Amino acid sequence: MPFQPVFLVTDVLIYVLLTAAIAFGVYASRREHLRAPWRQVARRPLAMAAMVILSAYVFIGLLDSVHFRERLPDQDQYSSEVLSLLDKIATPLRTRVEKTYSAPFAVHGFTKETVEHPDGSITREYPRLLYGGAHLEDPRDRTADIVKRGAVATLEGGIVWVFLVGAFVLLWRRPGEQFMHALRRLARGDSDLPWRTILVTIGALILVGSYSVNMALHYHILGTDQVGQDVFYKSLKSIRTGLVIGTLTTLVMLPFALVLGVMAGYFRGWVDDVIQYTYTTLSSIPGVLLIAAAILSLQVYMANHPESFETVVARADTRLLFLTIILGVTSWTSLCRLLRGETLKLREVDYIQAARALGVGNVRIMMRHLFPNVMHIVLITVVLDFSGLVLAEAVLSYVGIGVDPSMDSWGNMINSARLEMAREPMVWWSLAAAFVFMFGLVLAANLFSDAVRDAFDPRLRK
Amino acid sequence: MIAYIVRRLLYAVPILIGVNLLTFALFFFVNSPDDMARIHLGMKRVTPEAIAKWKEDRGYDKPLLYNSRAAGADKFTDTIFFRHSVRLFVFDFGRSDQGRNIGRDIMSRMWPSLAIALPTFLVGILVNITFAMLLAFFRGSYLDTWGVVVAVIMMSISTLFYVIGGQYLVSKLLHLVPISGYDTGVEAIKFIILPVIIGVIGGIGSSTRLYRTFFLEEINKDYVRTARAKGLSELRVLFHHVLKNAMIPILTGVVVIIPLLFIGSLIMESFFGIPGLGSYTIDAINSQDFAIVRAMVFLGSVLYIIGLILTDISYTVVDPRVRLN
Repeated sequence: MPFQPVFLVTDVLIYVLLTAAIAFGVYASRREHLRAPWRQVARRPLAMAAMVILSAYVFIGLLDSVHFRERLPDQDQYSSEVLSLLDKIATPLRTRVEKTYSAPFAVHGFTKETVEHPDGSITREYPRLLYGGAHLEDPRDRTADIVKRGAVATLEGGIVWVFLVGAFVLLWRRPGEQFMHALRRLARGDSDLPWRTILVTIGALILVGSYSVNMALHYHILGTDQVGQDVFYKSLKSIRTGLVIGTLTTLVMLPFALVLGVMAGYFRGWVDDVIQYTYTTLSSIPGVLLIAAAILSLQVYMANHPESFETVVARADTRLLFLTIILGVTSWTSLCRLLRGETLKLREVDYIQAARALGVGNVRIMMRHLFPNVMHIVLITVVLDFSGLVLAEAVLSYVGIGVDPSMDSWGNMINSARLEMAREPMVWWSLAAAFVFMFGLVLAANLFSDAVRDAFDPRLRK
Repeated sequence: MIAYIVRRLLYAVPILIGVNLLTFALFFFVNSPDDMARIHLGMKRVTPEAIAKWKEDRGYDKPLLYNSRAAGADKFTDTIFFRHSVRLFVFDFGRSDQGRNIGRDIMSRMWPSLAIALPTFLVGILVNITFAMLLAFFRGSYLDTWGVVVAVIMMSISTLFYVIGGQYLVSKLLHLVPISGYDTGVEAIKFIILPVIIGVIGGIGSSTRLYRTFFLEEINKDYVRTARAKGLSELRVLFHHVLKNAMIPILTGVVVIIPLLFIGSLIMESFFGIPGLGSYTIDAINSQDFAIVRAMVFLGSVLYIIGLILTDISYTVVDPRVRLN
């Protein structure tokens, strides 16, 4: 085989989560009472625009979650470097490393260097970059080149989008409806789902993608960092970290919160006391401090057991997994409390009383009657928590108790930006890149979760 | 009332014991004191004697739970658990791994923390409630819609950006206040004002949106309609009827934070160089000082539990329907 697949623990958990999400989608699509609220979400233009953007993030994150090791050329061994599909696709970005900082779209370096000319004279000047704008004969052509490439990118993106819209209209139009009529109907927004918004958002994404692809091969579109790494590439790699923190934390805590919360509310008595005691104790430790204590312990463990971690990637992955677990421990308590309260109410409801009277077992009552009826709380909490967790990652990495420093994450980018901001002239692009990528994800998640909450919360239903 | 408070305080004891056991397990069972010593003394070329001395200096050379070599009650008291964990209950925090007296450090560093956290907290609540009432007053209008949009945008921005951006704009470009540092007395104001403003702005988004829903929930209730039907002006209804009732859910989230104000904010203090308990914790994390982190975890839990009790008491003050017993 030309490559050997590598399954990191977080990869496997992501696959599990993805499978569960698809299975839930199939399950929900067959049941009208579950389909109805989702339809309500789908009718909101803002929510659907947010979903398109989230999908783009998730797509990149999934590409970055398929890891493998390449076979070394002419040898029967595999490289020790673990790559992901995203690394493979972005090989030009990954390998074109400059010496140090360079500004976005720069052709010259950020710091002066001593350059020896062919005639023997030595001067101090800003050297040309190794890769950024290296195709230009004369650096003064840069602006013209960027404009030209921008126009090409717009044209290409535009053509792709027009074809996409055309294909969509052909499939979407009613039987016998004229193409132009359907197109006008689409443009007016006269459709069940907000297709117009969805297509415009997709168009914007295609345009951004087209620009990035066209430009990133010739320039560092978001500059380079201290060791000359492309910031755009780093930002793309950070997406997986953000998504893993936002989703796996929930996946880790969900079984505990669900089972314990429902058990506490259903059985009451000593079970309730024990569970309440457990979550009150855990929640009374301020989250940051508990995470700090746990991560410190992990650091000590890792330092004393270096043999357990084969590669840098595996090491960083273990820390990421541990961080999601400890974040899960600090965040399951509120969901558990909510579920307990809801179950306390539900257990007095007629159909549960009837089931008990008919001799249905406790486990069966919980599985058949309680879990489905608290699912809306779980779903709302999960989507509402997501953006908070992504933001928390940045703060924790900044404090030094977040993901491994070797791992690409927005938190680490912001952390390094702190020193970069003090430089003269200022290195602002790492910070700006982290800001834009994070803001896009969190805003989309917030808008989407709002719609989900409005649709699923029975108190808000009119 | 007093009986209730006493009972709540007694109820807090098992929780604190739980917290104590948890941190003890985290710090002493997951990693042995030997591991800690090795981290502090450097990983390579550490002699067993150096480790033994390090442990002895800090009292980590005792057995964890049961000292079979000691006599009488000392079998239990002359242990790491008793010396380092049980003593926390009487707020004897002992010495840090660097040898500093943690209790004294906490007493002196509490005030700068409070100087930042308290104004942020008070101004924050005032501003958030004002904005939320404004949006609720103009509900359904463009102001309301766009206010909510702005709130969602603001809550999508990481606190770190508010801090970095605010520092850059106010201190570096406009030179209005120093970038970071702290001073005692009146001079402190120029160091306090920027963190407070940034802290307030950072919290506006989520709180305003949350409080707005509290107000809207109350506005749709029958007693409000009655009040309007009596001919009261909308402002009077809002301030005299809606505000009082909406305070109940607001208090749930707010009162519990009050005791925690003492330990300050990690981010704000480290960015602005405030010598408070937040930066104390961050320094301890970075220098891997386990004794300080342990003390802060315990202190944080105590304050949180006090916050929960205060919350319950505050209910009886604002909501006459709630009786404590």
